Amino acid sequence: MVIDDLNAIAEKEQAARKKTVIRCCMAAGCMSSNSETVKKNLEQAVKDAGLADEVEVRGVGCMKLCCEGPLVSVDTQDALYEKVTPEDALELVKTLKGGKTKVKRGDFNHPFFKKQLSIVLTNSGEIDPERIEAYIAADGYQALHHVLRELTPKEVVEAMVKSGLRGRGGAGFPTGLKWGTVAKTQSAQKYVICNADEGDPGAFMDRSVLESDPHSVLEGMAVAAYAVGANQGFIYCRAEYPLAIKRLQNAIKQAKTLGLLGSGIFESPFNFNIDIRIGAGAFVCGEETALMASVEGKRGTPRPRPPFPAESGLWGCPTLINNVETFANVPPILRKGAEWFAGIGTEKSKGTKVFALAGKITNTGLIEVPMGTPLRQIVEEMGGGAPDGGKIKAVQTGGPSGGCIPAEALDTPVDYDSLTKLGSIMGSGGMIVMDETTRMVDVARYFMEFCVDESCGKCVPCRAGTAQMLHLLEKILNRQGTARDLAKLEELCDMVKNTSLCGLGQTAPNPTLSTLRYFRKEYEELLQPDPFGPGRNGEAKKSQLATK
Amino acid sequence: MAAKTLTIDGKEVSAEEGATILDVATDAGIKLPTLCHLDGVYDVGACSLCLVEVAGMNKLLPACTTKISEGMDVKTDSERLRKYRRMTLELLFAERNHVCAVCVANGHCELQTLAYSQGMDHVRYDYSTPKWSVDATHRLFGMDHNRCILCARCVRVCWHIEGAGTKNVSGRGARATIITDLNQPWGDSETCTACGKCVMSCPTGALFHKGSTAAEMEHDRDKLEFIVNAREKKQWLP
Repeated sequence: MVIDDLNAIAEKEQAARKKTVIRCCMAAGCMSSNSETVKKNLEQAVKDAGLADEVEVRGVGCMKLCCEGPLVSVDTQDALYEKVTPEDALELVKTLKGGKTKVKRGDFNHPFFKKQLSIVLTNSGEIDPERIEAYIAADGYQALHHVLRELTPKEVVEAMVKSGLRGRGGAGFPTGLKWGTVAKTQSAQKYVICNADEGDPGAFMDRSVLESDPHSVLEGMAVAAYAVGANQGFIYCRAEYPLAIKRLQNAIKQAKTLGLLGSGIFESPFNFNIDIRIGAGAFVCGEETALMASVEGKRGTPRPRPPFPAESGLWGCPTLINNVETFANVPPILRKGAEWFAGIGTEKSKGTKVFALAGKITNTGLIEVPMGTPLRQIVEEMGGGAPDGGKIKAVQTGGPSGGCIPAEALDTPVDYDSLTKLGSIMGSGGMIVMDETTRMVDVARYFMEFCVDESCGKCVPCRAGTAQMLHLLEKILNRQGTARDLAKLEELCDMVKNTSLCGLGQTAPNPTLSTLRYFRKEYEELLQPDPFGPGRNGEAKKSQLATK
Repeated sequence: MAAKTLTIDGKEVSAEEGATILDVATDAGIKLPTLCHLDGVYDVGACSLCLVEVAGMNKLLPACTTKISEGMDVKTDSERLRKYRRMTLELLFAERNHVCAVCVANGHCELQTLAYSQGMDHVRYDYSTPKWSVDATHRLFGMDHNRCILCARCVRVCWHIEGAGTKNVSGRGARATIITDLNQPWGDSETCTACGKCVMSCPTGALFHKGSTAAEMEHDRDKLEFIVNAREKKQWLP
């Protein structure tokens, strides 16, 4: 494979484009509401109408407005059809010849679409994720060619530093710095890992990227491998994402067939292979050291850092671990330039962020917005606010590691530092909206229960501490807790946060802490008078003991 | 190997490169509370008792797994650390059924000793009193899961010293448990060499030699009758 071959594939693909393209969402959300049959019926209807030469029915990745799925769009009409049933297919095809349809029409001019800025999701909902030719026609693998043939590994790292990209897995570690550290480590063997173990409740960004544009992740990984000097990559994907795994397997196979993965890529001395490792259902395996243990075939438990994976990772070798979305950002950055990317977003948070909008909100789905977009714009304008005229009470970001942002703080720009200041985190991109009917103590209990369930059990604070915190939260919710219990809960939050071994335990108190910070009254309303009155550490006062 | 100098609790010490904070502190005569650490097997940093403060780090670091570096300034004792250590011990006591009075390890238990030394005089958390089983199927040893603190010392000893690989951890979170082979009764284990290293490595009374439990103590009931008769009937011969 040389660049001319790549361009030839792209030209052939563009030349084969038909006049009209009917796109049918084939991501997990729409497929669960039968979009596969919708697509099949559309194809049949097109054939029956004798339009097969002019109209292409294309299965595409996530079309973003998940709550209205299955989604179908017709490019010549600039129309989006919502909640399409298999029976609607015939009618939809008839509209191509001037027919009318009663199928619900969506609005591409709604802020939900208009305010989005796509970098990672550019191809999502546009191209067929199961065909490498479609990705190549959308400038795919051009960045890899540019990097392999025109840049030194050092220059790639420099470009990443200049772009200002920060890790999209949640913590926001500067990606260029991480790449540079691994690149500088002396070792004959290095690895690149893509963390696709997305486990936060309500988060589905990485799944959508993998299902909609798997090649962008592969290309990002290959660029990273060249920059750090690795020849083997692993994608660690959770078993709960069968469609993502299937599309990844398919993508890897296609890339290998075309010589875009394997030995001597683009006739350079660079070799790179990618294998998939499937998680067995443990949330903690999203933590990098536990993930690596799992890839090695061991029990997925974390270990203390340092040493960091960049120094000693998989089988003791220097390892670069990045999240799906981080890798998906890499090809556009190298194609369009680091300056272009650095021009988007805020001073310290560059580029865009994909969020999965869920919960009590009118428009649930996938959005990509520039960093620094105010939360209010996301939930009220784009998300359409709470359904049925409800009032938004809080927005939860960062899943079980994050916190609840109260409605008063909705004008906060969404970037790493602002969210941290509010006691939450950017997280991987889950955004759960809550309305007035939500009890915040319930929210804290829910996330704590999640952490109790998902704690690996290795370190004491996380294993026993989260269990005690859950017990105290339940006690308070059952109106059996006292001010003393609340104090114990707060003390435990501080202890578990500071003494746990890995990120899971260190952030497990966050939902409780942030709801305590903004909705303390809700906790206090549930408290019962203390039968022993104020005392220290459970010691009753002498006078009280005497009267008993 | 290059030598490094660092400060521990205000004391300047030197140590070999690659040593852990725990090694250096022990050499310097500073005793750090430890529970999952066992000389001779690798450390896992699980119990969080040996956490120390290192100047310039916003995180507490486990002394057993953190390697020293030049100019490091370590504090092994502070009001905050003492509080966290006490809380960790309280959490352990509340987690399973640790009843010292009827425990085989009473008097030579590391958990009990730590509770004394760290000033943990009572447990403020509600005991969860879970129902855990006792595996008494092995001819020499027993395993009482009620006393287990999941330090995994037995697992490490079994795999890395004896090389038998009999013991393992299964399940996660509070449901995590030490298992034998593929969660079979210990007595049926084909890999166990009955070396007893796991029993010796156990810091609590979770693993014990048969015959040492309170229930297995031999009582001489006749002696009681003799005393009663002697007192009440002034009868001195049986």
